[in-house]
This record gives sequence, structure tokens and C-alpha cells, in this order.
Amino acid sequence: MPKITRVFMLLILTIFSCCCCNISHNSSSKKQTVTIAGSTSVMPFTEKLAEHFMIDHPEFIIDVQGGGSTAGIQACMNNTVNIGMSSRQLKEAEMVLNEIVICYDGVIIVAHPQNPIKDLSLKQVRDIFNGKIKNWKDLGWVNRRIDAVSREEGSGTRGSFEELVMGSEDIDDGIMVQDSNGSVKEVIATDPYAIGYISLGLVDSNVKAISVDGIEPNLKNIKNKKYKVIRPFIFLSKERLQEDSKTFVDYVLSNDGQKILIKEGLISIYD
Amino acid sequence: MIKKYRFNKEHLVRAILTVFALSSLLFLFLIFIFILFEGLPLFLKIGLNKIILGFKWAPTKDSFGIFPMVVSSFLVTFGALVIGAPLGLSCAIYLSEYSGKKTKMFLKPALELLAGIPSVVYGFLGVIYIVPLVRNYLGGSGFSLLSTSIVLGVMILPTIISISFDAIVSVPKTYREGSFAMGATKWQTIYKVIIPSAKSGILASFILGMGRAIGETMAVIMIAGNALKIPTSILDPLRTLTGNIALELAYATGDHRLSLFSTGVVLLVIIMILNYIANFGIKRKVLK
Repeated sequence: MPKITRVFMLLILTIFSCCCCNISHNSSSKKQTVTIAGSTSVMPFTEKLAEHFMIDHPEFIIDVQGGGSTAGIQACMNNTVNIGMSSRQLKEAEMVLNEIVICYDGVIIVAHPQNPIKDLSLKQVRDIFNGKIKNWKDLGWVNRRIDAVSREEGSGTRGSFEELVMGSEDIDDGIMVQDSNGSVKEVIATDPYAIGYISLGLVDSNVKAISVDGIEPNLKNIKNKKYKVIRPFIFLSKERLQEDSKTFVDYVLSNDGQKILIKEGLISIYD
Repeated sequence: MIKKYRFNKEHLVRAILTVFALSSLLFLFLIFIFILFEGLPLFLKIGLNKIILGFKWAPTKDSFGIFPMVVSSFLVTFGALVIGAPLGLSCAIYLSEYSGKKTKMFLKPALELLAGIPSVVYGFLGVIYIVPLVRNYLGGSGFSLLSTSIVLGVMILPTIISISFDAIVSVPKTYREGSFAMGATKWQTIYKVIIPSAKSGILASFILGMGRAIGETMAVIMIAGNALKIPTSILDPLRTLTGNIALELAYATGDHRLSLFSTGVVLLVIIMILNYIANFGIKRKVLK
């Protein structure tokens, strides 16, 4: 009997302590909380900004969550978050929201470092992803199938790629799909015959950035708008920003905030 | 007084255990209701045919066909069985008929350990070793039906081995003795007497293995390449039903989200059918 009671006591105690934790947590949070959710492409950078912001402003709690661009836009429309994040342009039905562009990001076509091809035209890239070009031979390399890698349906990066590169054409069903920028990069870094697209901030020596229409995808060309495949990272709000949210957004748009974004490999809005 | 108290305590324990036992049933029931609740509306809206037999999956553009994924799921499962079944059955036969006590004491726990390795580890090993191997020696991107089948084949080994081992061990000793008495060799006894009499249990082990393979997600996402087309060769990438749900859930909203639940409904039905068949096999064996 005592053993069983003890177990139950413990159980009840645990439950209670959990409840108490929650209650005390809620009651002590006189801090100002700003919740942000949306694109997983923007999330890591927002987290970084929030970290720096909270050091300077200890009275704030910035709660950053993922979920994807579409989810972020939805949450913002439903007022479940203070700020939504999107890595794609808004569709017509979503235009009721206020957009604040915080920085720009390039979507970079990447291949394995051993791949000798340096430049593709926008049309060639489109044809690779809609399945018209299937062999590297057609692009002047070895007779070997192209292992093209795309992102999953609903992803912001895929959304911008479809909009900026594919236009009205669909990405072919035979194209491989990975579920994050990271796994796309991993596939391309290991497979010499692979090609894919990732965020500019993630390009490093493991993959080779390919020029589009002869324009190298470097910071300079993106800044002077020569490189066309760029997308904005956007903060969204339903109505006018509340005081708390505004403080954070102001910080993001300030020189300090923009410097952090530049350090992460993104392009400041002032360039 | 004490007696009465004891009596009450027994009752209490019994009542509590009953509640807990039934709660597991409740969870099953809740999961079932929840998936149906979320998944069925789209079936009603779009139509069963257009979802299950539709070829085009573009949920953000209102095409919800999952037929290629159903086919791919079965292809992968079949491939896993082609690799896992002979290996597993041989291992079960070796364990029950040939191995000594010491080897058995070593082998069985090792096999149980195989079942305990998390699937993400299988997936990781697959990406690091099997995918490049297939790419370098057979061609294609390596993310393929073949690689996935190999990894799943290994993953279903523990299920196949343990259940077919039980089936083989439960063949009565008299069968063996009778066979030996008629002058049959050990191998003749195994494939003429033991395997036929353990047949239903062995088949059940294969079917449960299939259930495990069709439900596997993490390893499959990592190795299968997730292309939407029905593969035309064993070196083509493919996407399974489970992979589809896990890949797209993070970004899905509206009908897209519902369509993933519909994928779940199809998966649930397939697994239920497989389990039902397997149970049928096991029961028949017990009745014999």
C-alpha cells in the first residue's frame, strides 16, 4: 500500500508542480512579449536579431517560431502572432497585411564543386527543372543524368524559385525533393551530378554557385539588381504595429540590426 | 477491518489498471477519429477517385492525386521484403535449428538491439554509405528505390526473425522426430516438414515486416529522394505516403493540410489491412 500511495503522491505532485510552474510563469511575465512566426528561411536570422535585441532590452521577450511563410501569413491574418515572417511576395488575397521588407536574399543555383559548368541561362535552369533537359550532355558536359533537387510544395524558397525562374511552368514530378535548404545543400555537396537552389546565406565552399545569364550571384551583382533571382524577407503585421512590436522592428531596420543581417550573408535594405 | 481495507485496495488497483488499460484503447480510438475527421472532408470535396487514383500531386494548385505515392510505398515495401525476407528466414532457421545455446544467447540480444536502433540512424548510414555506393557503381543519383529497399530490408529483419523464429520453434518436436525416423536429413526435415508447418507464422512475419516498412518515415525521407513520379527503374527516386506527410506538414495550410491527413487515412487503411491479414495467419497457427 505505501508504495502505491507514494507513486500516486509523486504523480499528483508532478502534475501540480507543472501547473504551478505555468501559473508562476504566467504571472511573473510582466515583460513585454512579441511573438513572431513564419518562414523557416527568415527564422534563423530573426532569432539572431532577437538575441541581440534582448541583450539591449532585457524587458522584452521575443518569441520566434517557424511554420513556413504561408503559416506565418495565416497566423498574422488571424492575429495569433504580432509579427508574421514571409520569404515570398504576398498573393493578392493576402495584400491586406502591412509589409515591412527587412532585407533581401538571393536564391542561388548551386552544383557540386567538381562540375565544370559555370554559367547557365535562365531558360536552361527552367528546362532542367521542368524536365526538358535531363542529361548533362545537353549542357556540354558528360553523358550523365542530371540529379536536380527541389524543395517541397509550400516552401518559401520553392515559392520564390517558381515565381522568379519557372514562371508559369511547373517543376517536373521526376525532380528530387528535400525538405530544407540544409538537406538540399547536403545532396549537392555529395553528388557530383546534382543541381539545386538554396539561400545565398548558406552558400559555402562545399557547393559551387552557378551564374545565371552570365551574371555571377555575388553580393555586388545582387545589390545592383543585375542578378535577378532575389527575394525579399518580409515582416508582416495586420494593422499598425503595436508599441512593443514597433520597438523590435525599428531595431531590425536600424543600422545595428542591418549590420547583423549583412554579417549573416544577406543584403541590407539600404544597399 | 484490515481485511475489508485490503479488499478495497484490491478493487482500487483493479479499477485503476482497468482504466489505464482501456485508455490505450481510447488513444487508438481517438487517433482514428482524429485522422478520419481531418482526412475525410477532402475525400468528400474532391472525390475518392481523384485522390487515390490521381496522378498529379500539386496541393497548392488543387491537385491531390496520391496514386504514385501509393505505388511507390508498395514498391519500397516489396523491395524491402525481397531483401529482408530471405535473410530473416535464414536467420530464424539457423537460430532455431542449427545454432548452439551459446550462439543463440549471443545472437538473440544482438538482433533485439538491431530493432532498437532509431530509424534516423539507419537513414543517416544510408545517406552516408549506401547512397554513394549505388551512385558510384550503378548510376543514378543514389537516392533510389534500391537504396531505400536495402535500408528498409535491414530494418524489418528483427520483426521477421523474431516472429518466424517463434513459429518454427512452436512446430511440435514429434514432427521432427518422425521425419528423422523416416531417414530424412536435417535439411530435408527443415524444408519439407518444418517450414510447411510453420508456414502461416512465417507469412505473418513477412506481412508484419511489410507493415513496418510501409510505415517507416524518417529513414525513407532521407534516402528515397522524394520525387513525385512513379519510379521506372530501381535507380529512380520515389516518394512514399509517409514521406509525403512528413515532408510537407511543416508548410501546409488549408486544403494542402487536409490532403496530408487524407494521405494518412489511406496509410491507416493499408496498415490495418496488413495487420488483419497477419493476425489471421498467427491465429490459424495457434489453432493448429
